[in-house]
Amino acid sequence: MNESQALPLQSNLPNLDVSGLKSIYRQMVLIRRVEELAAKAYTQRKILGFCHLYIGQESVAVGAAAATSDDYWITAYREHGQAMAKGVSARAMMAELFGKRTGSSKGQGGSMHIYDKESKFMGGYGIVGAHVPLATGIAWAAKQRKEGRVCVCFFGDGAANQGAFFEALCLAQLYKLPVVFICENNFYAMGTPLHRQSAVTDMSLRALGVGMAREQFEGFDAEVVRDRVGAAAEFARSGQGPVLLEIITYRHRGHSMSDPAKYRPDGELDEKKKSDPLAITKERLTQDFNVSEEEIQAIHDSVEVEAQDAWDFAESSEIPDPANLYDFTYAPDGS
Amino acid sequence: MALIQIREALRQAMQEEMRRDKDIFLMGEEVAHYNGAYKVSQGMLEEFGEDRVVDTPISEGGFAGLGVGAAMAGMRPIIEFMTWNFSLVAFDQVVNSAAKIYQMSGGQYSIPIVFRGPNGTAENLGSQHSTSVDSLYAHFPGLKVVTYATAYDAKGLLKAAIRDPNPVVFLESEMTYGVKGEVPDEEYVIELGKADIKRAGKDVTLITWGKQLFNVQNAAEQLAAQGIDAEIVDLRSLRPLDHETIFNSVVKTGRCVISHEGFLYAGVGAEIAARIQEACFDVLEAPILRVANRDVPQPYATNLEQLVNPTPERIINTVRQVMER
Repeated sequence: MNESQALPLQSNLPNLDVSGLKSIYRQMVLIRRVEELAAKAYTQRKILGFCHLYIGQESVAVGAAAATSDDYWITAYREHGQAMAKGVSARAMMAELFGKRTGSSKGQGGSMHIYDKESKFMGGYGIVGAHVPLATGIAWAAKQRKEGRVCVCFFGDGAANQGAFFEALCLAQLYKLPVVFICENNFYAMGTPLHRQSAVTDMSLRALGVGMAREQFEGFDAEVVRDRVGAAAEFARSGQGPVLLEIITYRHRGHSMSDPAKYRPDGELDEKKKSDPLAITKERLTQDFNVSEEEIQAIHDSVEVEAQDAWDFAESSEIPDPANLYDFTYAPDGS
Repeated sequence: MALIQIREALRQAMQEEMRRDKDIFLMGEEVAHYNGAYKVSQGMLEEFGEDRVVDTPISEGGFAGLGVGAAMAGMRPIIEFMTWNFSLVAFDQVVNSAAKIYQMSGGQYSIPIVFRGPNGTAENLGSQHSTSVDSLYAHFPGLKVVTYATAYDAKGLLKAAIRDPNPVVFLESEMTYGVKGEVPDEEYVIELGKADIKRAGKDVTLITWGKQLFNVQNAAEQLAAQGIDAEIVDLRSLRPLDHETIFNSVVKTGRCVISHEGFLYAGVGAEIAARIQEACFDVLEAPILRVANRDVPQPYATNLEQLVNPTPERIINTVRQVMER
């Protein structure tokens, strides 16, 4: 019988210095601010359709990006934060949400389908769990071409009930593919709490059936996420096979903009906000790295400028040209 | 010219392309060590090795998705479904992933992938192994849907499908893998989206595709003996559709019968009939009629199956109705 292999106890990533940690903090603040502006734009009907916010989970994407910046990423529909952490600019993101031709997908994708080939961000997907097999293919290509890259695949606790998820785990382990599967367990599959959607609530145990290495940890501290995702990526990169990480997190908003999240028990959100990723990293900066309140404020000020600039850019950009309607159905010959 | 079986023509197409381009690989159930459920990939493992001819678990949704991901990352997968019936558990990957990623990404990621395998009825396989998926996949922009009847077309079209930068649904038939046909010794590729006139005629246009061509050819020969000169248009591609060849033929004959496997209801034949009446209404001498499977899940018993299938006799009777208007 195959036992799950153990991950390295620590990643080989160098320790974060103050500038590295400040950069992580700034990225988390930027994601939150852009998401808050997205919420505002949604209420003004500048952003339409479905819109799923990442507020509360920023440490997962930003911590993971600090460990896998040159690797492939693929994810689901709550992907604004991940897209920005991986390299999509606030401008391109916001313009896509506004449905403009300057958006990351030229207004073809929208909130759930942000892509950026340049930063190896292979997209957000709207069929829950269905993108997980795609991650195995990306890793297949990386392995065949000896790129030394892994594919980091994010999904939620809800997706871990889908057949596509299980099939992907089986294939990845069978072929020893370099995939880091990250189950972001935010405890709700839309409005259904974890214990009502899965008999086993430690989602990392899903790895045992296929003999895959696994780990479960709390992901509110971006430094911890960086270290553990780094360890998993090293494991996968070394050819030992894929890893399933379950990262405990929490979303502060509803499933989407139209969900007031009334299904949460009283007090749960307030309790979880005590482990707000931004507060944790801020405290680390101020207490362990002697970063002053003025420096923290300067980060927030520069984020405010960048986020407002993204809004202005999105608002002033042109809508897609109807003449290009048919240009995105088939790739031209030779491509 | 060489006289070879269709399975060999398909194999040659894959081998020639795989020798040319190292990014191409074949993946599916039993394709490697078993040499293919229908021996299409016989010997390919030996030539290309386990990294390029890859056995999978029984996991169509999983490995179809793996293929799409690999295509995003720059490879050119050929994904074999042991039969297209099994593709229905991978339908989401073909329709929601393969067909839409180029669009969703604003043109950043093309998906050069071929999904191939046998389609339609064989003999006595029961309803779950007898589905024609033509209309299911032809429905979606973003996919190309290609099929063939002859060894020559099989090889030339599969090579074009492998080179295409888009997802191609390639429909084969287990009933005709052993059918032989002439294939040139020199390399050739058949452009996708071009129908082929398999028989020139002046009285009525018979439109068909896939192995149903053989029933239509059989009917046309019997009709010729009765003095009816039918023209046969073999579509070869259901998406894109060769409107020009279809309309030119109907304008010439003024009459049209469409015959295909699968069901009439929301079938590809219905789409073609609609397009012909939009473009050629003024020249039509008779309503366009269709001959396909009868509207029931495929029965097992031989006598019932023959009753369901679109046989030459049913085609002849239908053509006579069209001619007598």
